[in-house]
Amino acid sequence: MSSQRARRRKAERIRGLMETEGPIINENVSRMNRDRYAAAERFDEYEALRDEARGIKEDAIADLPALLDTLRESVEANGGHLYLADDAADANRYITSVAESENADSLVKSKSMTTEEIEVNEALEGVGVDVWETDLGEFVLQVADESPSHIVGPSLHKSREEIATLFNAVFEPEEPLETADELTEFARDYLGDRIRHADIGMTGANFVLADSGTITLVTNEGNARKSAVTPNTHIAVTGVEKVIPGAAELQPFVDLISKSATGQDISQYVSMLTPPVETPTIDFDRPDDPLGSGDGERDFHLVLIDNGRLDMRDDDQLRETLYCIRCGACANSCANFQHVGGHAFGGDTYTGGIATGWEAGIGGEEAAADFNDLCTGCSRCVNACPVKIDIPWINTVVRDRLNADATPSEFEFLVEGLTPDAEGSVDIQKRFFGNFETLAKVGSATAPLSNWVTSFGPARKAMDRFLGVAPERDLPTFRRETLVDWFESRRPRAPNATAERSVVLYPDVYTNYVLVERGKAAVRTLEALGVHVELASPLESGRAPLSQGMIATATDHAEALTAELDPYLDAGFDVVAIEPSDLAMFRREYEKLVPDEYDRISANSYDVLEYVYGLLENGTSGDALATPTTPVAYHSHCQQRTLGLETYTEAVLDELGFDVETSEVECCGMAGSFGYKSEYYDLSMDVGRELEGAFDDPNRQLVASGTSCTEQLGAVFEDGVVHPVELIAPDGS
Amino acid sequence: MATTDVQTFTTSLADLDVSVSRTDAATAPAAIDEAAVDPAIGAALDIEGISLADTAVETELTPRGLHEAETGVTRADRAVAAYGSLLIRSDDGGTEPLSLYPPNHVAVLRASDVCDDVEASVDRLDEIFGSGGSAVLATGASSTGDMGALVEGVHGPKHVHVVLVEDR
Repeated sequence: MSSQRARRRKAERIRGLMETEGPIINENVSRMNRDRYAAAERFDEYEALRDEARGIKEDAIADLPALLDTLRESVEANGGHLYLADDAADANRYITSVAESENADSLVKSKSMTTEEIEVNEALEGVGVDVWETDLGEFVLQVADESPSHIVGPSLHKSREEIATLFNAVFEPEEPLETADELTEFARDYLGDRIRHADIGMTGANFVLADSGTITLVTNEGNARKSAVTPNTHIAVTGVEKVIPGAAELQPFVDLISKSATGQDISQYVSMLTPPVETPTIDFDRPDDPLGSGDGERDFHLVLIDNGRLDMRDDDQLRETLYCIRCGACANSCANFQHVGGHAFGGDTYTGGIATGWEAGIGGEEAAADFNDLCTGCSRCVNACPVKIDIPWINTVVRDRLNADATPSEFEFLVEGLTPDAEGSVDIQKRFFGNFETLAKVGSATAPLSNWVTSFGPARKAMDRFLGVAPERDLPTFRRETLVDWFESRRPRAPNATAERSVVLYPDVYTNYVLVERGKAAVRTLEALGVHVELASPLESGRAPLSQGMIATATDHAEALTAELDPYLDAGFDVVAIEPSDLAMFRREYEKLVPDEYDRISANSYDVLEYVYGLLENGTSGDALATPTTPVAYHSHCQQRTLGLETYTEAVLDELGFDVETSEVECCGMAGSFGYKSEYYDLSMDVGRELEGAFDDPNRQLVASGTSCTEQLGAVFEDGVVHPVELIAPDGS
Repeated sequence: MATTDVQTFTTSLADLDVSVSRTDAATAPAAIDEAAVDPAIGAALDIEGISLADTAVETELTPRGLHEAETGVTRADRAVAAYGSLLIRSDDGGTEPLSLYPPNHVAVLRASDVCDDVEASVDRLDEIFGSGGSAVLATGASSTGDMGALVEGVHGPKHVHVVLVEDR
């Protein structure tokens, strides 16, 4: 299949899901995301517990072999069995042998993604066991024969109307089911029957305590408790990574998991079972015998699945995935997920941001290839994750590994001259977007001719066909006079040469070649506040290649830029960035790319409005800055918000008297090159339209911090968008 | 245990729509009878001075009784004030299924068993697990959103009532 056709097919599939499952997924996921913020806000210890939870998982994964030994002793001392399964087939062999030795006809299950992962239902049905999903969401999927679209709410993509239609068609009740109450009551009664007469109960386990053999199940419906304690035999299936030492280590997770997942302070039921449980056996086939009578004895099997996890533990990049507690907060906070759900943004079992790590770990990188691109690296999930997993980095690493396996394109020659990267075999579209710096240089040097050529119909068609550049998307207009050209032509060259504070302004590629005005505004603003400003060379930070998964190329850029900035830092200059995605490189990704330089550059680099805020706070007068002429609608930038920097812009604008309304959408949906790509253009625009609700007052001046946001707001509102520094800069040229 | 724990606890219960009666040991049986919808079944409470023998609650437990009961009456071992959660043991008296199967759950609890938060109950959990015991932190009615709207009363109870016995 040609790459153009593949892209078209992908775009069609995404459009299809946006239309069918998008609206209901959006409603459900956005609500859980809002509730998560509220729950965290109510809970003073939220941030401290995130650190604690992360520490516990780091230690537990490091100590896993010893914890597994302790757990085996505990489970066996309690009278249960522990089986460590190498893979899905091994686990299913063991589970079906238990079912056969019990002569089991039926098994009731509570929701467990790990059992989805090993497809245990099919294995059990293969040996003649009827399997019933008792979680109502899973039951809906079982009836509909569909796969989960969300880790926590597997059937979130289905509306009440769809479920009613499905149930009425399949079960043909005397009175058609309609309301949520009727549907729930029907499912409860139907499944209640099956639970009472099942031979085996199967559950997952959210956490397993090594020192006592206690398994923890977090649920709202009560079906896990019933499945675990009604049949005499209980099989719990979970991944090896779920083991933690004991009750003290469990506490932070009890407090965090539901707040992160659904925004509940705590789930209805946190079951902590040390099986076989003391609860008397219940034989509904002998309804009038006392509870606990008969020959029934409780039997317990804990099946821990490796299935690639122990290799992930040895993998320095994928290891963090094992800290995941499967709360789904990464999915809920993801702008793209909010619009397409897990049937686009997920693999066979796992969905959302962290799914790339899981699917790559258990099924190999290819298993994550199809949906890995839907992570734009906006990083909003980073703060949402209760164990502080750097999910965008895992996605980048998997992207990088997939790049290494890509087949070189037959049209390689088209971008060869433009793409002097360190990664020769990368997909041509990724090489193109990953080398924006070179493109910008050429585009600027040949402007306005380059702008005319690229806006020309046949050229756009070719760009779509060979490079996958969306023909609907306006391309950046390159400026013949760059920021560096302007800066060097100014007289006097250094108006504040004797100032107390010296800044090296970082002219990112966009500011230097495209959005030159915001660069000029930054210079004028800083100088008006008495700062001495110098301009660094316009080198790429590495953001563009990094977002394409080209880690080696990104590292080359990071090394070159830090070498450029080093002498300034030696001389006591502060580094100021205008583009938030580049500042985010200095503060986040440089830790991975240039670890030796990281501490110094992250500690001494600032967002331009953050820097202005600091100056004003320290007594510098803002009198020279511009005063408000119009109310403002401000969209911060996703990576900027992750770093908590939007507050500085708001504070500065507020102090200068601006009337500011700020958007709360997680991300505008553009995230660098995402909206430029043919296959993702529609999704990007769909996400971007969320801003319409936030900014419905046409009298407000649209203001955005990031380049991509500027372009996206421009596309959505067809209106001029400026950087906040352009609002406050004193007049000048 | 500070009195504020109990205040926080009752506020949390109110937020969860869980009704409460505050009693002493002498009036607890009457409070249980008042809260329990017939037919009610229950397990020994193991709280000094209170016996289900003084109530209309059936204590001979059968699967039929479990299936047909409107109310299950059980002891709660501890409570977490911050969330309004009840710690229900899975003991050999049947506390776990009694608190789960019938549509109404009446939990009897001493005021001195109310803890501040989950962290404050870790020692008790350790003790329970260490002796091979099991328990559930149950918070409000069972619920689901899987059928297109929030519905209370799914596989577990639709209504929870707490009889809080003042013992300090």
